[in-house]
Amino acid sequence: MRDIAEIRADFPILSRKVYDKPLVYFDNGATTQKPQCVLDTVDEVYKSYNGNIHRGVHFLSEMSSEAYEKAREKVKAFINADKREEIVFTSGTTGSINGIAFSFGERYIKPGDEIILSWLEHHANIVPWQMMCERKGAILRIIPINDNGEIILRDYYKLLSSKTRLVSVTQASNALGTVLPIKEIIDAAHAVNVPVLIDGAQGIQHGIVEMKTLDCDFYVFSGHKIYGPAGIGVLYGKEKWLSELAPFQGGGDMVDKVTFEKTTYNELPFKFEAGTMNYPAAIGLANALDYVLSIGRENIALREQELLSYATERLSGIKGVKIYGRSDNKISTISFLIKGIHQYDTGMILDKMGIAVRTGTHCAQPVMDRYDIDGTVRASMCFYNTRQEIDTLAAGIEKVITMFA
Amino acid sequence: MTISEVQDNIIEEFSLFGDWMDKYNLLIDLGKELSTIDPKYKVKDFLIEGCQSKVWLHPDFDGKLITFTADSDAIITRGIVALLIKVLSNRTPEEILNSDLYFIDKIGLRQNLSPTRSNGLLSMVRQMKLYAMAWDAIKK
Repeated sequence: MRDIAEIRADFPILSRKVYDKPLVYFDNGATTQKPQCVLDTVDEVYKSYNGNIHRGVHFLSEMSSEAYEKAREKVKAFINADKREEIVFTSGTTGSINGIAFSFGERYIKPGDEIILSWLEHHANIVPWQMMCERKGAILRIIPINDNGEIILRDYYKLLSSKTRLVSVTQASNALGTVLPIKEIIDAAHAVNVPVLIDGAQGIQHGIVEMKTLDCDFYVFSGHKIYGPAGIGVLYGKEKWLSELAPFQGGGDMVDKVTFEKTTYNELPFKFEAGTMNYPAAIGLANALDYVLSIGRENIALREQELLSYATERLSGIKGVKIYGRSDNKISTISFLIKGIHQYDTGMILDKMGIAVRTGTHCAQPVMDRYDIDGTVRASMCFYNTRQEIDTLAAGIEKVITMFA
Repeated sequence: MTISEVQDNIIEEFSLFGDWMDKYNLLIDLGKELSTIDPKYKVKDFLIEGCQSKVWLHPDFDGKLITFTADSDAIITRGIVALLIKVLSNRTPEEILNSDLYFIDKIGLRQNLSPTRSNGLLSMVRQMKLYAMAWDAIKK
């Protein structure tokens, strides 16, 4: 792997100061920072070849359409999917899940049918299904977790039944960091012919994810969490599903022929891309994926696991700090509380020391309820973070403890 | 002291500290000193919506002045509540309704609190003014 100082220099924002202190960015679970090459790529779209995609015959439109479709190819290769038709661009993970929840619900769900989720889901993988259940009279079934924050697989197997229509689970918990045994989840569902959606928002950026080996039916993620621009996301769906499902949005570009009597839809993947897509962000995302490949996904995974174990060791060593989520299999995210100190107080003071963490429920209120807490402080690290930054965090926590004692 | 005079005192007190950490230490001290609310008021009816940390605010009206007591589960928030109480408690409904709370911006509280927290601060002020409005209406 390249030298860490050199890698950090790729990300202009990492050298800035906040409140006159060097920025320590530990909120990568919320959004990641962007390397200069991604910023340049988006800049270049607007400066040199901006034109709406798939519409004009003119030079600029042709050029941006080509770059956009190349971005699709890039995503396809990155997740090792079969076909470009299986890669749909969306606004993000939330947009992807809402889309599938709507279209899948309309096509297949009847009253009494069941959807299985896990206790670790982000609200984005709960609420769209709840909305669909309300429309269709279906029921949510939840895989419970143990005290370590791991799902209980044997309970999942018991939930799978002839009523199950779909399983939708996260690859890794945004609130606790737990990595879920998604291969086991997918295989068990497939054994009873139930399709599976994997929420990859906290998974795609931490290692190698391949559709061909994973064999899930849908996989969704956000560009901004893998060093790409905000406002772009991916919905991967197996062709057999995407061809059966009706579009979740209507508008321009997704149509074949429109009359006031009837509209026929465009072919895959365009039938799911209504209106002007965020093509500059898609092109930026492709560049971000290239950047990740240039660092090396194995290198990223290895480095992040080193950071995780160092941070776990440092934080566990501070009296009064309790870590939530003690699975052996975690992404580089640590959720914790300091005894007797509210998470906002901790977050606010860490902020003044230049340390960016997230506080609160992390859009995963059921997880907090499971532990009977109002929220946690979350430090989510990625490969550009350093051991020194973890030392700064540890010192910051010590300082917080003194201030509120 | 008028509402403006109390605000000017707070602004002066905060201006003694250049460093944000010191300003927060002051807020923490204010939070620790805030006299506690009667536990029977720490219920949903007195919980203010829009705050990420919990804030309970209880008003009392003796026919002339409104007195507020409050609490929060976060100490910094308690500090902010303490400031609002210094400024707006023991005032007539008219005073509260006509008050212009410039100290929030002047001591940099608004821009230095996260938007959600800042919204929480605004929710507290809004709630205090709503109570004042209600009693003002009843009085008339």
